[in-house]
Amino acid sequence: MQAAETAREPLFYGPEWTFELMEKARDAIEKIALEDLGLDVYPNQIEIISAEQMLDAYSCVGLPLMYQHWSFGKHFARDEALYRTGRQGLAYEIVINSNPCISYNMEENTMAMQTLVMAHAAFGHNHFFKNNYLFQQWTDAAGIHDYLAFAKNYIAACEERYGPMAVEEVLDAAHAMQSQGVFRYGRPPKPTNEELVAMQKVREGYESGQSVLDVWTDSTLGRDKLELTEDADYSARRKLMNLPQENILYFLEKHSPVLEPWQCEILRIVRMLAQYLYPQKQTKVMNEGCATFVHYYIINKLHEQGQITQGAYMEMLHSHTNVVMQPEYDDPRYSGINPYALGFAMMQDIRRICQDPTDEDREWFPDFAGNPDWRGVLRDAWANYRDESFIQQFLSPNLIRKFKLFTLTNDAELPNLVVSQIHNRAGYKAIRRDLAKQYDLAYLEPDIQVTDADLRGDRELKLTHTVRDGIHLDEDDQEEVLKHLRTLWGYDVRLDAVEATTES
Amino acid sequence: MHHFIDRRANPKGKSLGNRQRFLRRARENIKERVDQSVRGKSIQNGSGVPDEGEKVTIPTRGLKEPRFFHSSKGGMRRHVLPGNKDFVVGDTIKRPQGGAGQGGRQASEDGDGEDEFSFTLTQEEYLEILFEGLELPDLVEKATVETETIGTRRAGLTTAGTPNNLNLVRTMRNSLGRRIALQRPTTKSQRELEEQISELEALDERTPPQEDFLEALKKRLEGIIRKRKVVGYIDPLDLRYDTFVPEKIRNSRAVVFCLMDVSGSMQEREKDLAKRFFLLLHLFLERCYEHTELVFVRHTHHAQEVDEETFFYARETGGTIVSTALEKMKEIIEERYPPDEWNIYGAQASDGENFGNDSVRCKNLLLNDLLPVSQFYAYVEIVDEAAEMLLNNPEAGEDLWQNYREVKSQAQHFEMQRVSQPGHIYPIFREFFLPKVKGVQNAGS
Repeated sequence: MQAAETAREPLFYGPEWTFELMEKARDAIEKIALEDLGLDVYPNQIEIISAEQMLDAYSCVGLPLMYQHWSFGKHFARDEALYRTGRQGLAYEIVINSNPCISYNMEENTMAMQTLVMAHAAFGHNHFFKNNYLFQQWTDAAGIHDYLAFAKNYIAACEERYGPMAVEEVLDAAHAMQSQGVFRYGRPPKPTNEELVAMQKVREGYESGQSVLDVWTDSTLGRDKLELTEDADYSARRKLMNLPQENILYFLEKHSPVLEPWQCEILRIVRMLAQYLYPQKQTKVMNEGCATFVHYYIINKLHEQGQITQGAYMEMLHSHTNVVMQPEYDDPRYSGINPYALGFAMMQDIRRICQDPTDEDREWFPDFAGNPDWRGVLRDAWANYRDESFIQQFLSPNLIRKFKLFTLTNDAELPNLVVSQIHNRAGYKAIRRDLAKQYDLAYLEPDIQVTDADLRGDRELKLTHTVRDGIHLDEDDQEEVLKHLRTLWGYDVRLDAVEATTES
Repeated sequence: MHHFIDRRANPKGKSLGNRQRFLRRARENIKERVDQSVRGKSIQNGSGVPDEGEKVTIPTRGLKEPRFFHSSKGGMRRHVLPGNKDFVVGDTIKRPQGGAGQGGRQASEDGDGEDEFSFTLTQEEYLEILFEGLELPDLVEKATVETETIGTRRAGLTTAGTPNNLNLVRTMRNSLGRRIALQRPTTKSQRELEEQISELEALDERTPPQEDFLEALKKRLEGIIRKRKVVGYIDPLDLRYDTFVPEKIRNSRAVVFCLMDVSGSMQEREKDLAKRFFLLLHLFLERCYEHTELVFVRHTHHAQEVDEETFFYARETGGTIVSTALEKMKEIIEERYPPDEWNIYGAQASDGENFGNDSVRCKNLLLNDLLPVSQFYAYVEIVDEAAEMLLNNPEAGEDLWQNYREVKSQAQHFEMQRVSQPGHIYPIFREFFLPKVKGVQNAGS
């Protein structure tokens, strides 16, 4: 940067933070974030909260407003026990994908930590939320607060009207199928006026105020149509009910013969929130990597410009180093690949490949090796990828060597685990593919679809689990979930396992 | 376009509703465990519900949040792991027990595969469950009239202090970190250099390159020595001291006499109720006094001082002479607990039976010997749940009850109650402790 900037006064001294200092720090961070890195962020709303409030936020999947349910109380009790006994620290911040972008900072943080956290959450995560295609397409950052408020009030009203136990029964059942309450492939309904009309026919997507009416139209119209096609065969039903359907909660909401309108609305709330959170599950590595890269770049810039003291810089680096630590597989601390470590390393590596490419990099990444605009390359990656595709596209042999990655194949047919790939020339591509797959939710989460339900016949709801690589469902939990499903469907539910025809 | 909000002053307990729902959901299990903890633990050591609450572990059945997820067994999976040391392709590793690779369990999101779930009940919640839904007012706090002295408590670390409080571990950790960061040469590297120099110097003749090398080594040594001087082994910056802050310590002693009839008519249920009664008294007193002791006196037709285990669980046969226990209590007080040093509390549980005209003797013992030296004496008569007539009519009752009624009319700090359920126990304390607590404490001090 310019020489003039190197002689600046530090923004703050000492560990105590005040709102004035935080504003000063935020302005300095913002200058680097927007002018240097070229980030594009939602307005920030930074809230200071206490440890207890942080625990509160933890238990409610990080959302600022949440309907009440015993499972959140259970999570709170567990987190609190871990925290009180010192077995688990609290996060320094929580950030919410909303517009304005809300981030919670802990009051216990020192000024150095507050600065780091602002750079990380209020600019790093914020930019990612605003620009990544998954969030843009699948979540409504501006509307989430209103929706959460609506959900909370609606469920409270239901509890008052129908009793907490009745509501709990529906919520328990809906929660059991949260992972099956998202559209993975088809887009979530985003109604424009013309689409609305069209969609009433296709039964895809409703505005919340209309849902009661829709349930009514669905059931009456649906029945009419069924009667028209007296001899309706399987394929007619499939067409009518949009089968196969991957979003089980959606299917139940629209077609369950026993659910009352308010129960359908609760299912809808649960699946809307699941859908809202789904992009976050798909971008853990990228989201944390982006935030960590941004805070690391910004604190170094601030330090270069003399805007933070040596002590504060040390404290930030200390914390940064802890965050990006990756224990090796045989380390007792190992618990999977640390998304912060992988994401950060990959993004640093992209910058390196742009600035200082080796021959190997040029061979592997001809598109951007040596590209002088590394900021642009990164912004493009942040905008257009999710974990799986990001790893598939950007994980370099250099990093595979640095992490000393290897693939272990666990085939139940064989007596032992086999090392199938190591970090050598023959293994790079396969390791990259295997690692990418490890982040593919469509592969990680069971593929269960509604395949048939004959409302005029035995009314049995038929589900199909497509088994890949011979991996079946956990049986105990499967039974429990099916019980919940039967409550929501009102009739028998059957889950068949079918081997996938093509090996992936 | 950016702004800050201070949320710290927002009302607390946002998750209270969730907690209540959780406790309701788990109520059966929690109750079972709380009851067990009362039975299983000793009054003396663990049962006293600590201020910070009681830890309970309950089975997760009923608290499970089932999901569809992949089983951790079977099938074909690949795990990518970091940190390969010396594996080559084709190496085989024995399958770890449980069948999952190291990367297993990815499918279960919240990881509550365990069969048990532990968390902490607050004291209020614990008592509420223990005494079946009685609403507890802030009675415990009101009952506390303290005499205090000042003690000290550890309070973290500071950078300044006296040498005796030096925290060696922290100090050395800082020192090590600083030495690494500033690249302080180690003693070993200095010694190696010195050895090299002396080897070279020991040579009779040195070639010019050797001369130069020697010069360079000497310079390096000089540099190392200088750096070691500048970067100290321990720097004042590294020092960390333990700190202590003064703290109020409650400073008084109390002894609780638990008297119980253990003749054949006292069965499991009766003893369990009695135990709760003793527990509650002890619980209150524990908060009032720095030090409390428990004395267990059981009696049939004769009385014995026993330990807690024997008190609740050993069986004894014989008749019932209540006054023997009171005699024993008097004896022990005279021997070990001078009333001017100890606050004495009596708690007696029985099923109300007594031998012949022994009850009059009890009355006199209480009025003349025990009550004058005691802070509080409580008597519970454990009756059958079916005996509603007795429960509803305090005037009805056998000899012992009638005599105790006379005692009550003459002594303010004597309390009696009939109980058939845990819920009945609490009122004794409510009635007694709430309004009169200050008076009682003053009487003793």
